[in-house]
Amino acid sequence: MDAVIDIAVLREDFDPGALQEALPPASGGAGAVATFTGYVRGQDDRGALNWMELEHYPGMTEASLRRIADEACARWGLLAVTIVHRTGRLFPGERIVWVGTAAMHRGEAFAACEFLMDYLKTRAPLWKRESGEWGETWVEARDSDSDRAGRWQAP
Amino acid sequence: MEVAVLFFARVREDLDCDRLQLALAEDGQTVGKVRERLMLRGPTWERVLSETNLVAACNHEVVDDSHRLSAGDEIAFYPPVTGG
Repeated sequence: MDAVIDIAVLREDFDPGALQEALPPASGGAGAVATFTGYVRGQDDRGALNWMELEHYPGMTEASLRRIADEACARWGLLAVTIVHRTGRLFPGERIVWVGTAAMHRGEAFAACEFLMDYLKTRAPLWKRESGEWGETWVEARDSDSDRAGRWQAP
Repeated sequence: MEVAVLFFARVREDLDCDRLQLALAEDGQTVGKVRERLMLRGPTWERVLSETNLVAACNHEVVDDSHRLSAGDEIAFYPPVTGG
């Protein structure tokens, strides 16, 4: 059975409740839905954040999210995947990203949800620029994110 | 043949360029050759395009320097991604 894949890259906010309700295929069969919502942090060890700006590569971002979703479907036999990512200027407390997976059982739904976030963070062409008490800087890629993504590679 | 070259995020800012068109000799063109050619544009270009963690994409897929090019390809150079 082909999984239902829904990818969106947009500037405006989204409604996680509505996305979750829409996720399990109408044909039924999904025993589990797992979701993840990422927010803009207002504070870190450098001080308070004013805003964050997300730049992306239109066209490639969507293609790359679709490839990641396809890989998750093939690996865990998912029934549906939704990925929504915002771009543009975002303020502390705002939603950035939403990932939802529908599967027969919870194990596949949980694992795929985490895999999608780990791969999205290390593969999809999106970049964060931050303004805070420390000034204005591009966010540097973190080794911890690469390490998390690396866990999913076959030994 | 002509290809488009796009730059994103810090790379775009450092180069003060988001996009350019490049006319190339027809034969044996690769992403690595485009990179080398762009490095001749000046010290900033040489520094930014020789960064070891720079990512290259061709037609929306990540590729390495040996990737062969065709007319009309869209190449992109960008820093490690930080979305999510």
